[in-house]
Amino acid sequence: MQIYLPIAEVSVDVFLLLAMGGAVGFLSGVFGVGGGFLMTPLLIFAGIPPAVAVATQSNNVIAASVSGVLAHMQRGNVDFVMGGILTLGGFLGSFLGVLLFKLLRDLGQIDLVISLSYVVLLGTLGVLMFAEGLRAISRQSRTGARRRKLHDHHWFHGLPLRMRFHKSRLYISAILPFAVGLLVGILSAIMGVGGGFVLVPAMIYLLGMPTAVVIGTSLFQVIFVAINITILQSVETQTVDIVLAMILLVGSVIGAQVGARVGAGLRAEWLRLFLGLLVLSVCARILFDLLIPPDNLYVLETLG
Amino acid sequence: MRRSFSTVFFILMVCVVRPAYAVLEVDLTSHLVAIESDFFGENISLFGAISGGGDVIAVVRGPRTNFKVHHKENISGLWINTRSAVFEAVPSFYAVASSAPLDQIIDDDLLAQRKIGVGHLGLDLPGNRAHAQWRQGLLDNLFAHKIYQKEPGEIRFLGDRLFRTKFSLPPNVPVGRYDVMIYHIRNGAVVGLRSEPLYVAKAGLEAGIYRFAQNQPLYYGIFAVVVALIAGWLGHIVFRR
Repeated sequence: MQIYLPIAEVSVDVFLLLAMGGAVGFLSGVFGVGGGFLMTPLLIFAGIPPAVAVATQSNNVIAASVSGVLAHMQRGNVDFVMGGILTLGGFLGSFLGVLLFKLLRDLGQIDLVISLSYVVLLGTLGVLMFAEGLRAISRQSRTGARRRKLHDHHWFHGLPLRMRFHKSRLYISAILPFAVGLLVGILSAIMGVGGGFVLVPAMIYLLGMPTAVVIGTSLFQVIFVAINITILQSVETQTVDIVLAMILLVGSVIGAQVGARVGAGLRAEWLRLFLGLLVLSVCARILFDLLIPPDNLYVLETLG
Repeated sequence: MRRSFSTVFFILMVCVVRPAYAVLEVDLTSHLVAIESDFFGENISLFGAISGGGDVIAVVRGPRTNFKVHHKENISGLWINTRSAVFEAVPSFYAVASSAPLDQIIDDDLLAQRKIGVGHLGLDLPGNRAHAQWRQGLLDNLFAHKIYQKEPGEIRFLGDRLFRTKFSLPPNVPVGRYDVMIYHIRNGAVVGLRSEPLYVAKAGLEAGIYRFAQNQPLYYGIFAVVVALIAGWLGHIVFRR
């Protein structure tokens, strides 16, 4: 069944959109990532103009994240204090990121910077998580015992402004989550994604939060980033397609609920392994696009 | 300007040429293509009549737009957008149909003069550039998007006088005012010309949403956010059990 989208100005299959929303929502519920880094390429592949795809997926991310956060809240897996500090950092970061984006665009190299930062970032994160997951699983199967220590302590955990994060069972400097939020805000402004896939590993490895709490808290932060982007894009570019978003969010809300259930039943090690694989496959796809000779050396971008 | 020229040309044709040559009459099945949520492209039929024999060419041009094209180059193993160019004031849709192969009924110079056929569209770039590659790169994209028709369509004659043809507008058809030009050709010369307007416009809910997004962008954004928040919450309620 085809439907004409008023802002995207193309006609697409409703069931294809529902399936895409469902699949991305599922991953979002399982891993706590917004799914923007998957949804945007999928939408473009389905024939949606890139500008509309980028702007609209942020609207869809709101719904999926709200649904996911509520599900995680029921299990007591959202650290609101931590999420609040991350969000503050994120807002400042996205502001800085927009400035950096303009600077790079003026230098004419924004496309390359986006692609390469995806590859480097995703490649590093993917390998780290995958290796860590594998190690944890093999250790478990050998000894049958779980790791005792809650998390590793580094010097930066002891910076001033120490705060107690009950849900995360942490007593660390508030500067740390603020800096992580800031960094992720910059990245998401440049790369046009919510940043959950950067935030999740950062919370696990840098902050030392328990994986179960990380996912709910990451989704909580992603809601605010996505709201910010949706309104900014609506005002600046008028590229948010509400019809497209509504179809996607039916799929992704359902997907996120199923995903949160599946994720809750998975061991943390397996979660890291799968997220690592997912991140690596997206990285491989982007690298592939950079390395394979394109069919047409001239790429069209319609202007108004 | 172009339209008034066409009109003047047409009046001249009718007044001056009519006694010696024949009349060209045409119409479209519809002058308005309304895009609603179930729009999945549309076929527009053009029909008409000539007298005195000859051939017919029809050209459909969409509203003018700018196309930006990026060029990819291989730099140390990576395919990267290096340069870009903007083709200005180019038809956003283009299709041609004729009752016989173009080169058999009219001289190439005349085709070029009247910009008939994708090869005669000009598509020039400001400054000194390798025009041919950029032009072909743009055309390949437009063909792939089906907003430019690669091969001319066929105009069928039903008997000696009546003819008809069909244009298909794809689902991603640009909106705006189209011009359909119909040329009556005899002995290699244009002996009749008609221009028919065709409007492609969003209608109903589609038009309302589009206007909302354009005219009230802040409220539109807030509305989109609220819808998403409610949808997420509803999803949770439904699944809570």
